[in-house]
Amino acid sequence: MTVRKVLIFGRFERFWHWSQMVLIIVLMFSGFGLHGFHALLDFELAVALHTYAALALLVLWLFSVFWLFTTETWRHFLPTGRGLWQVLRFYTYGIFRGERHPYRKAFWRKHNPLQALAYLMLKVVLFPLIWITGLLYLFYFLWRDLPHASDLLFAVAVVHTGAAFAILAFVFIHVYMLTTGHSFAEHVAPMMTGFDEVELTPEEEAYLEKDQPAMIR
Amino acid sequence: MLTSRRLQLVGLMWLGALVMTSAMASAATESPTVTRPQVSGPLSGGTADHAKFEVLQQDFSSGPEVTQACLSCHTETGEHFMRNIHWTWDYVDPETGQQLGKRYLINNFCTNSRGNEGMCAQCHAGYGWKDEDFDFRDQSKIDCLVCHDSTGTYYKTPNSAGHSACSVMFEGKPPMDLGMIARNVALPSRANCGTCHFYGGGGDNVKHGDLSSALSQPGHELDVHMDAEGLNFACTACHITKQHIWAGSRYQVMSRDTEGTGKPGERRDVATCESCHGLSPHPSGSLQGFKLNTHVDSIACQTCHIPEFARGGVATAMDWDWRTAGKTRDGEGYHEHGYTQGNGEHRYTYKSIKGDFTFDENVTPLYAWFDGQMRYTTIDTRFDANQQPIDINAFSGSRDDPSSRIWPFKRMHTWQPYDMGNNTLVYTHLWGEDDAAYWGSYDMGRAIAKGMADFGLDYSGEFGYVETLSWWPITHMVAPKEDALACRDCHAADGRLEAVEGIYMPGRDRSFWVDRIGLWAVVATLLGILIHAGIRRFLLKDSGAHH
Repeated sequence: MTVRKVLIFGRFERFWHWSQMVLIIVLMFSGFGLHGFHALLDFELAVALHTYAALALLVLWLFSVFWLFTTETWRHFLPTGRGLWQVLRFYTYGIFRGERHPYRKAFWRKHNPLQALAYLMLKVVLFPLIWITGLLYLFYFLWRDLPHASDLLFAVAVVHTGAAFAILAFVFIHVYMLTTGHSFAEHVAPMMTGFDEVELTPEEEAYLEKDQPAMIR
Repeated sequence: MLTSRRLQLVGLMWLGALVMTSAMASAATESPTVTRPQVSGPLSGGTADHAKFEVLQQDFSSGPEVTQACLSCHTETGEHFMRNIHWTWDYVDPETGQQLGKRYLINNFCTNSRGNEGMCAQCHAGYGWKDEDFDFRDQSKIDCLVCHDSTGTYYKTPNSAGHSACSVMFEGKPPMDLGMIARNVALPSRANCGTCHFYGGGGDNVKHGDLSSALSQPGHELDVHMDAEGLNFACTACHITKQHIWAGSRYQVMSRDTEGTGKPGERRDVATCESCHGLSPHPSGSLQGFKLNTHVDSIACQTCHIPEFARGGVATAMDWDWRTAGKTRDGEGYHEHGYTQGNGEHRYTYKSIKGDFTFDENVTPLYAWFDGQMRYTTIDTRFDANQQPIDINAFSGSRDDPSSRIWPFKRMHTWQPYDMGNNTLVYTHLWGEDDAAYWGSYDMGRAIAKGMADFGLDYSGEFGYVETLSWWPITHMVAPKEDALACRDCHAADGRLEAVEGIYMPGRDRSFWVDRIGLWAVVATLLGILIHAGIRRFLLKDSGAHH
């Protein structure tokens, strides 16, 4: 087993990540403005920003879902119990003792078990909650004449804002995690360059050296 | 694409304007003071010049003589006219069955026309209604000129003499040239309708709040449709008229129009905004326009587009207190100026004959769901005096009712006399030559006793004062679109729709617990991060470890 710098975040994945980050910031800022937490944006502008950013993010997600399935990369997000305990133990105990992170990135497993589980929950729980309720809200004019539409809209808004709070908390933890282990910059770098240190089997190394030389440094 | 087309248009218009201005330079300087004709809906007139009519080449000695001349050509108009509310003052609500109409109703201004027709029926579109003997079948008693005078010299005086305390106000008017007025008849202008509708309640804009003399020659900022320099709409441009029946009535409000413009040539029967502007009035193709067009389902056009009423320098009465009426100085009634309105004119804030008033201008309306149906407290209604204020006209409406929308209202607040024994409103005999007329005697008890007895109504003999409210849907004084309400005016914690129920509005509404738990969760996350980071820093410094 050797550790090499390998391209684990392709161009699309990096584009996805950073444009998603920008859109989520725009959505958070405009959304909490619409909710009444601040009045830094004109309401009309906030509505426009929020709606257009949400539609853009939905398109981005459509592409990313397509990409995840066509490239088989969805496997990275499969939940696994193997190593989960060690990672949890590390963050709650080992990290304070200066221990080394127990997880080694593998070529077909670039996230640690806790990370994979967190991202999976984000993808299958929080994101759907917020975009389904967001679309329901956006298309309220189509169902406003149903009985109790106004109460249902309130429920939609409650779920929407609740999910927004949860995503905000996720963002904070996500950013904080970048400071654990190596330096913040070293953690961000792979999402910029695409390359990170990965533990390779001799076969993987040989394959990459021979067939994908651009993916290995 | 749009922008380049618009640029081309602007360029063309600019070129055209150049050509036109050079061609019209001389014409423009010749007649600068000519008033532009007002736009009267589909009717444009001009098919006959009344100055050429033989029957009008005479000196008329009275209004009815003129009317007979009118009817000699307009043979069917008398029959048509007698069906309209300006003549009948009588309206039975088809939904509630209530007997409405000025002839019967009690309001919270001068309270009742019934028994006071000698004064009040100056605004009846007829001649001589002063008591119950008026003949509603006599076509010669129709007053054509009050609506069709274009000279501005026609006027009316009370149909009966009244007490000298009041009648003095109507003395010394210049004589009218009825022949000249008749030869110059035209379609009604705003000032014609305004003769009565601007002065309801006993003075300029006292009653409606959105109908004042400022609308005779309004600027664009006061009303975009009536703008004398712009669209210059007469009242009848919207209050479409067919055989002297007008569209648009406060007795029969269409609170939500779901038909819009209809097919070409249709829809000449309502006075709604939608009948011209359609059901998607905001420019489509932008998110903003789309959003506004979906608001139309719940929000009356007037709510955003009439941000304030009593604009244009003329104030409206907001409160009226009859309890203080009847004070005299040296046995004489008097009045006090107490309010100077935007156009510089003074308004009475006390009159012996009426009591105290408060006035206000540029008033923010009150907002409520409104289904268009008013339920009146009439002379027959027995109310619970412990449930004050009493609604003179109560209305209903809700989010769940498809015909309801959120409307702006003027709320008139009044203390007015009522029958304490029977818990009913009363007809007060205000105008008359007799000793019981309040305007002269200042004796409320006698005035009520006579006002009730004249119509065979039960009166306990004991009167008091009851607090009442009347509600006036606001629909005129449509502001330029730049002045319409912005989103934040309502989408805010203390916005204009603060009190409106049955809706979820972002910016106004939120779940207290979701917000509280959500914020705490975020704060707890941050605290957890800080503690985690703190422990790391503290312990790792000691151990000197790298990670």
